[in-house]
Amino acid sequence: MSKLEIKDKQVVVPGEMLAEGMDYLPGFGTYRDKDKIIANRLGIADIQGRALKIIPLSGRYIPKNNDVVIGKVFDITFSGWRLDINSAYSGMLILKDATTEYIARGADLTQYYSLGDYLVCKITNVTSQKLVDLSMKGPGLKKLGKGRIISVNPHKVPRIIGKQGSMVNMIKNLTKCWVIVGQNGLIWLQGKPSEEVIAIKAIRKIESESHLPGLTERIKAFLESIVSDKSKKQDTTKQDATKQDTKPDKRPDTKPEGESQ
Amino acid sequence: MTYEKRHDQRRPEETRVIEAKAGVIPNADGSAYFKIGNTVAYAAVYGPRDLHPKFMQDPSKGVLRCNYNMMPFSGMGDRVRPGANRRSKEISMVTEKAILPVIDLSDYPNAVVDVFIELPQTDAGSRCAGICAASIALADAGLSMKDLVSAVSVGKVDKMIVVDLDYEEEAYDDGPVADVPIAYISATDEISLLQMDGEITKEELMKGIEMGKKACLKINEIQKKALKDRFNNPNGDHNEQ
Repeated sequence: MSKLEIKDKQVVVPGEMLAEGMDYLPGFGTYRDKDKIIANRLGIADIQGRALKIIPLSGRYIPKNNDVVIGKVFDITFSGWRLDINSAYSGMLILKDATTEYIARGADLTQYYSLGDYLVCKITNVTSQKLVDLSMKGPGLKKLGKGRIISVNPHKVPRIIGKQGSMVNMIKNLTKCWVIVGQNGLIWLQGKPSEEVIAIKAIRKIESESHLPGLTERIKAFLESIVSDKSKKQDTTKQDATKQDTKPDKRPDTKPEGESQ
Repeated sequence: MTYEKRHDQRRPEETRVIEAKAGVIPNADGSAYFKIGNTVAYAAVYGPRDLHPKFMQDPSKGVLRCNYNMMPFSGMGDRVRPGANRRSKEISMVTEKAILPVIDLSDYPNAVVDVFIELPQTDAGSRCAGICAASIALADAGLSMKDLVSAVSVGKVDKMIVVDLDYEEEAYDDGPVADVPIAYISATDEISLLQMDGEITKEELMKGIEMGKKACLKINEIQKKALKDRFNNPNGDHNEQ
């Protein structure tokens, strides 16, 4: 008789026995040793019928085909650009896939993408030796303008995006920021500086609490409380400013940021 | 006078008090703290990341690179000259070899996983503490591992076979002393580190290893608990007991 040693969604560590017996099948992050199934990664156990797998909680990004990632140009070659994609491996964006514009022979490639530019691009191929091909042809793929880039744990990206983008849309709506989430754990935000700070706080909260149940409700409550606090404070500071009429060049929206730290 | 009772009243098979935490260094990809008695080890894992110099790259699998470092005033005796020396280089190498059997780096060709082990305070058994900390940190970094490696030193002080010698026992003057650090992989019942300093008979050595294996099983539980505790406390506040 097969016996399950763990509960669904429990945190498991390498070397921990998940099940005994041949009725269960080892999935991602597990291996079979005779009749036992043992975890070989730190993560959350996921039981799907007879299959046992582990959803990792930590680790660097490993490039995967069809992922949309945010990369930073760090080298320009004869035939394209080399991008740092927050991984052990860099991505190659060749001329053909870089833009729909015509690029003349011998043109200065920095006028398209220069060193240090951040690009949203898609991974089109990953070889066995982890050579990564990138493309800029597709909806939403573009060069990023001003804004902030933050780095998060790449394994938390699905939680930050949510089901059909529900979580990231909530952050966008409540903070009025533009947000682009790369699968490699880089996130670009643009909005009012004070709103950007709130969005970043919400993302950090998701990152640290994503393995606990009821995440969406907690993040919603968190964002709403900050946003309503902020609007109240802004109202009072505006009233004070009109009453006393002192320090006219002080920006009221910078105040709540410092206080909430 | 013979050494019949351990100076700190421990039983022969008893280790010093152990404390372990995972995720103590936010900037690292994985990190751990491991304290056994007065020996304290921190391990930080970075990677998989690009490996330079390029000639060290291996196109078939990733490379594990360990770095063991004792801090200048960590010991009980004189100041240790900072930086690498023969001893630390050897210990870095044996740490790598102790951990390699459990870790699978085939997914990371041409890349490196760096492990930095720092010892701010030592009281013997530092390479074992380093291996324990490193294996927690590697699991915390999300790498694929068959099991956690646990390590402890065993040995002979005068006529007594003991587990987890401290500095006072290692420096015992009135009789022969042997110090045998071992690293044990419980999943496969393998020993991945076995060194010896001193004199010991074959029978005594075998007895010591058996005692060491039992101690390693207990250490393994503590290591696993440290990793789980990291996620039971969402605020990331690991400093409280």
